[in-house]
Amino acid sequence: MKEFIEKIAFTKSASGKETGSRTAVEKLEESQWNLNKSFKNRIGEYMIEKLIFVLGITALLIMGLIFVFLIRTGFRLFEDVTLGQFLMGREWYPNATNPRFGILPMIAGTTMVTVGAILISVPIGIGSAIFIAEVAPPKTKTVFKVIIEFLSAIPSVVLGFLGIVVLSNWVRISFNLSSGFTVLTGSIMISLMALPTIISVADDAIRALPDEYREASLALGASKWETIKNVLLPAASSGIIAAVMLGVGRAIGETMAVMMVMGNAVQIPSSFLVSGRTMTATIAAEMGDTVRNGTHYNALFAIGVVLLLMTSIINIISEFVLHRAQKEGR
Amino acid sequence: MEQSQIKEKTIFKKDERKRNTQKIMFALFTLCMLAVIIPTILIIGFIIVKGVGTVNWSFISEMPRMGMKEGGILPAIVGTLYLVVGTILFSFPLGVGAAIYLTEYAEQGKLTRLIRIAVLNLAGVPSIVYGLFGLGLFVFFLGFGSSIIAGALTLACLILPIIITTSEEAIKSVPDGYREASLAVGASKWETILHVVLPRAMPGILTGGILGIGRAAGETAPILLTVAAFFIPRMPNSLFDQVMALPYHLYIVSTQVPGMPESIKYGTALVLLGLVGVFFLIATLIRLKFKNSTS
Repeated sequence: MKEFIEKIAFTKSASGKETGSRTAVEKLEESQWNLNKSFKNRIGEYMIEKLIFVLGITALLIMGLIFVFLIRTGFRLFEDVTLGQFLMGREWYPNATNPRFGILPMIAGTTMVTVGAILISVPIGIGSAIFIAEVAPPKTKTVFKVIIEFLSAIPSVVLGFLGIVVLSNWVRISFNLSSGFTVLTGSIMISLMALPTIISVADDAIRALPDEYREASLALGASKWETIKNVLLPAASSGIIAAVMLGVGRAIGETMAVMMVMGNAVQIPSSFLVSGRTMTATIAAEMGDTVRNGTHYNALFAIGVVLLLMTSIINIISEFVLHRAQKEGR
Repeated sequence: MEQSQIKEKTIFKKDERKRNTQKIMFALFTLCMLAVIIPTILIIGFIIVKGVGTVNWSFISEMPRMGMKEGGILPAIVGTLYLVVGTILFSFPLGVGAAIYLTEYAEQGKLTRLIRIAVLNLAGVPSIVYGLFGLGLFVFFLGFGSSIIAGALTLACLILPIIITTSEEAIKSVPDGYREASLAVGASKWETILHVVLPRAMPGILTGGILGIGRAAGETAPILLTVAAFFIPRMPNSLFDQVMALPYHLYIVSTQVPGMPESIKYGTALVLLGLVGVFFLIATLIRLKFKNSTS
């Protein structure tokens, strides 16, 4: 970088010196050549700027298209089914002669598995974030952070596979059930996937607090724990709330692992120890059986719209909370 | 910091109870941390121990036989590699281009803030929703059918928000002094971006991009709807062919085929985890190296 600027500076100054000893014709030729060159440069620059503009706009257009496409296809369902029947119906028989498209059992399944996952992952996640931000020695911190990041990189299908061969057996044996494919199994799986998000966002929120907070509290005679409890956690609360919400968003959207370990029975789960089915699993499991633009196909897109709206609301609220937290931090 | 530690120590002597509460709470935090770290290490260790006996040269270089119950997983590996390359080709230019546009060219205001919120939001949209989008747009509307190109485009859309956000952060973290110095010596705006800003931002862009690619390589739900074939024991002929893919293959062998030998399941899981691990390792090394060189 430095060399580059030096090089430019050098060539400029060198050309400046030389022009003094040249004839007028040479000067004219050179200035014409420069003009040509700068004209070419300017055209190149113009093209590149336009190209970047097009690339940028394309990327943003794609984002917009996602909304348009899902909503357009999903809304066709309501030519056949009313919104009330869709959201509040308890019966999901997409292939019957008199098909029913009620997704209440799936909404209940997603809600329960998310609540379970949050109950597990929020205390553990916030505890871990405090450990990383305030307690751990620097080297441990680096190593643990890499391990947590790797946890978030493990494909969900690998976790789902382990859920089948290991976790479901544990659940079956420890609760003395006939089948280990339960909402609880799904919640444990999802909490593993939500934890990295919760930990890293909460850790960022705590570490972003100015050192003065810590120093002032310690100087007043508070212990490290009292400082964390009375100063740091309240000050970082918006960031921590955002962390929890992003974790919820992650949990609602998880597909493969829950599909593999929850048994997928279409029912409103009566407890955490029975089978259930999420909205995501319904789309993944049934899309292969549908006909394009059939009612079933449209219904699965409509479920996609519900998922998109739920996660968008959560993401946007947490984005605003985080934004506020950053402002407060300053 | 040292002074505050000394002060802390004198306080501790005065107040035994306070110290005990702190010890208990810190022990609790440590336990929380271990409750995350130990399962992660166990998961990785378990897959490695159970799968390492299966994974050898013939497992990764042979076609599956006997309804996938024997032989290797070559077509799934090749399929995933095709998808990864396609995803890189589509997502990198678009994502980095969008990030350059947003940070260097677009006027900062309400519109860019709105776009940023949209991009951040899309980073949190469930992968199955991207699958639906890919199915509707690429497979049906554009008529690509269930194919490599439809899958790669879908995965590219999935990681586009990740690439845009991380590239934007990396570009923004280049101090303005560099831009001003370069402009002051006569470089044009594009020359400044190409020769000054991008080289400085490259480690950050690469780290985010590679992590995104790792995520795309392991995703199952989107390719379930747009590419993945249950069982095709041959190589793809064109971009419009269906292929097998590692994550989908693991899903099939562990849930859809009765009587599948355990060794093939663990072997597939290990190869997939290894592939994702390689991407993760490269990204982590770049980041660590970059951190050391700047500090």
